[in-house]
Amino acid sequence: MNPSVKRSPPRGKGPRVTLRATYRKPWSERLLEGGVHLAAWLCILFVVLILFFLARESGGLVFKDVFQVVGRYWRPISEPPQFGVLPLLAGSLLVTLTATAIAVPLGVGAAIYIGEFAPPQVREILKVSVEFLAAIPSVVIGFLGMIVLAPLVKSLFNLPTGLTALSASLMLAWMAMPTIVSLTEDALRSVPDTLRHGAYALGATRWQTIRRVLLPAAKPGILAATMLGVGRVIGETMAVLMISGNAARIPHSVLEPIRTLTATIAAEMGETVQGSDHYQALFSLGLVLFGITLVVNTIADRLVHRGETS
Amino acid sequence: MNRKFSIKLFLMPVLLVTFVTSCARPVNEESQIQVTGSDTMVNLGQAWAEAYMFESPETFIAVGGGGSGVGIAALINGTADLAHASRSMKEKESAKAEENGIHPQEHIVGYDGLAVVVHPDNPVNELTLLQLAKIFSGEITNWNELGGEDLGIVLLSREVNSGTHVYFKDNVLGVAEEGTEFSENALLMPSSQSIADEVGQNTGAIGYYGMGYISPQQRPVAVGTSEGFVLPTVANVVNKSYPIARPLFIYTNGAPEGTIRAYIDWILSESGQAVVTAQDFVPIL
Amino acid sequence: MRRQDPLAQERRARLGLLLVTILVIVPVALIVGTVIVKGIGAVDWEFLSTAPRNGLREGGILPAIVGTLVLVAGAVLWSVPFGVATAIYLVEYAPRSQIARWVRLAILNLAGIPSVVYGLFGLGIFVIGLKLGVSILAGTLTLALMNLPVIVTSTAESLKAVPDRFRVASLALGASRWQTVRHIVLPNSLQGILTGIILETSRAAGETAPILFTVAAFYLPRLPRTIYDQVMALPMHLYAISTQVPNIGMDVRYGVALVLLGLVLGVNAIAIAVRSRMRRNRIW
Repeated sequence: MNPSVKRSPPRGKGPRVTLRATYRKPWSERLLEGGVHLAAWLCILFVVLILFFLARESGGLVFKDVFQVVGRYWRPISEPPQFGVLPLLAGSLLVTLTATAIAVPLGVGAAIYIGEFAPPQVREILKVSVEFLAAIPSVVIGFLGMIVLAPLVKSLFNLPTGLTALSASLMLAWMAMPTIVSLTEDALRSVPDTLRHGAYALGATRWQTIRRVLLPAAKPGILAATMLGVGRVIGETMAVLMISGNAARIPHSVLEPIRTLTATIAAEMGETVQGSDHYQALFSLGLVLFGITLVVNTIADRLVHRGETS
Repeated sequence: MNRKFSIKLFLMPVLLVTFVTSCARPVNEESQIQVTGSDTMVNLGQAWAEAYMFESPETFIAVGGGGSGVGIAALINGTADLAHASRSMKEKESAKAEENGIHPQEHIVGYDGLAVVVHPDNPVNELTLLQLAKIFSGEITNWNELGGEDLGIVLLSREVNSGTHVYFKDNVLGVAEEGTEFSENALLMPSSQSIADEVGQNTGAIGYYGMGYISPQQRPVAVGTSEGFVLPTVANVVNKSYPIARPLFIYTNGAPEGTIRAYIDWILSESGQAVVTAQDFVPIL
Repeated sequence: MRRQDPLAQERRARLGLLLVTILVIVPVALIVGTVIVKGIGAVDWEFLSTAPRNGLREGGILPAIVGTLVLVAGAVLWSVPFGVATAIYLVEYAPRSQIARWVRLAILNLAGIPSVVYGLFGLGIFVIGLKLGVSILAGTLTLALMNLPVIVTSTAESLKAVPDRFRVASLALGASRWQTVRHIVLPNSLQGILTGIILETSRAAGETAPILFTVAAFYLPRLPRTIYDQVMALPMHLYAISTQVPNIGMDVRYGVALVLLGLVLGVNAIAIAVRSRMRRNRIW
């Protein structure tokens, strides 16, 4: 680096430049600072790399006619193969919606109780339990779902099999719960106390304050929590692979088996011929998943920031 | 941050990637064999490895599953010494292998009789190939059409691209008309064991898998051929009277040498084939 | 319309929410309880200290335990320096720059990518592309990449928690930016960073999808020797024995689930303990 550049008049705030003029950084410090910058750059690079790589391996199959994106059949080994993504998309969508419909009311309710009503000691215990729930590996949940929940669902609804969208959704709902509970609680906590005090001063009860003041004020945060929960559910693989039944067709109810995008990748990647249309189709599914989670997470992020600025 | 510094930072990732690439995988130790591939064969491969390591402790064998495709790809990429496969290599794979300077050699190491299984309480115990084709393609949907109870049939299959699924589709569903598809209602289970578990709990279920997975929780049905109904037993696969059986392969890079050769020879020997029998597969001897 | 008594309404709401909370929490107890009750019988010293025998049906799961520990250690090794450096950049060097916004967006996206997509990426890039093979190196790199957002986010949070007046005081004394970071900011946020690392550990230990195609072996009784070896891993082992191995005892399956759950929740409990101590000891 050119020393004259370093001693040039200040570009930004004053003190920083004064510092530069008097302090000559030893090489170790430069190296470390370089490393810090490099690491940050690489994070961007990784995302680009993943996207690029998925796109390259999918080989533009989406644009060839073999990948009938709107096809109703996923028959990758037939002659000719059919890579209709609709049944998989429908499967993912169904479990995601069902799981979210279960998880959001329960999660938000629990968050309100934990954040607003629970006595301090109870609150700590509840929070730790929620964290434990988040930590349980998905393969353990899938294992128990297969052994315990699926037979239960089967006998409860008198079904031919318990490996259904409902079993998967129940498992996924509880897997998304920690995200929803903790983020909703954050959102409630970040509502300024002045609003709360104002409501109390007007004679509102705690519940009235929560319903009329806190919840509306925390709405963007709660929506963000929901979106992140959705992201978690869509991306979940092992539990779904083990308990959703994996039948690749468009479901008519939650009591039928379904097959998701993630489970398809995990189950089929092992047997494909590398570089074949099937291999490319699976990477295309990866790309689709990447796209969906990208959109969902970006929306969540926007909501969080809107919540912060308002 | 000035501009030159940024340029340097852009270059650094490139250097880093080059660096990681250059630490390529070292040549395998002579005494270690990496095996990977077919899920159908993973238990067999594990049993072979366990028995062989007991006899020759100086050799070390790592067994991985994942699927026939994973195994063959690993062989092609030089990251595995042996590939288990329950299907033969596809043209595309051979071409890719030659491109990489790998010359896969095929060894038949045993046979797999696919058993069609139902719940032990199911009275139906004999089915012809044509009936099986109609059941799995969704034409027959109730057990009472086959002389059983009035109960819907729950179809269990492996995922679409497992070697087992492909074989069953070509050789059972295809008997009446080539290219017949599995019924859309078939549940695609991630593994043979999960089919076994589900059949064990579900009186309406029917599934198929390698003979090795049969346990008292399921009952195999006798499959009808021109010679009458035949049960999936080792003897019936050996004398070729049982119709749904397929070869199991191991692929090596070129003619095997050294440790790998010794291992393959052992697998093909009596002791290796005894393991095949013990795992309820069918030996080649 | 008859107006309801607001206090009665509040009592009812409170009860309802309590029930909902119980409904959320009870499955945790059920899962943990079931696994402990059904698995404890299988877990003894032999189970923890020997290799599997007789087609994984007998013997122990030592290689899987060691494999999981190795994978976790590797993932931490790769991701911590990287993640901490990124967090330092975000908080200390360029909090409001355009690049920082991109980096944040990148981290956000990395956090959202499904684990099976990381598995695909790891398979394609590390195993096949860089010819690392199915190995500890490929698996830990995949896990590290996946856990990078956890480290970055938690580190950034704890760096932000250090009051600005500490930085200002340090800079005013003539310390450089790096010296401030090194001697003032990092020591004061160490426990927070540590909590993040512990949480990553528990997450990395339980993941299956990313290691499915990159490192996990079905059967490998020897302990790993080099970073090019494959390893067995607990989550993969549980998946394998509960879906692929015929006629395996239910107690063995629950036993593996118990060990995995014990490891993950134990590590998590440590993180929680560290954090609560940190909150108590906070000096500002």
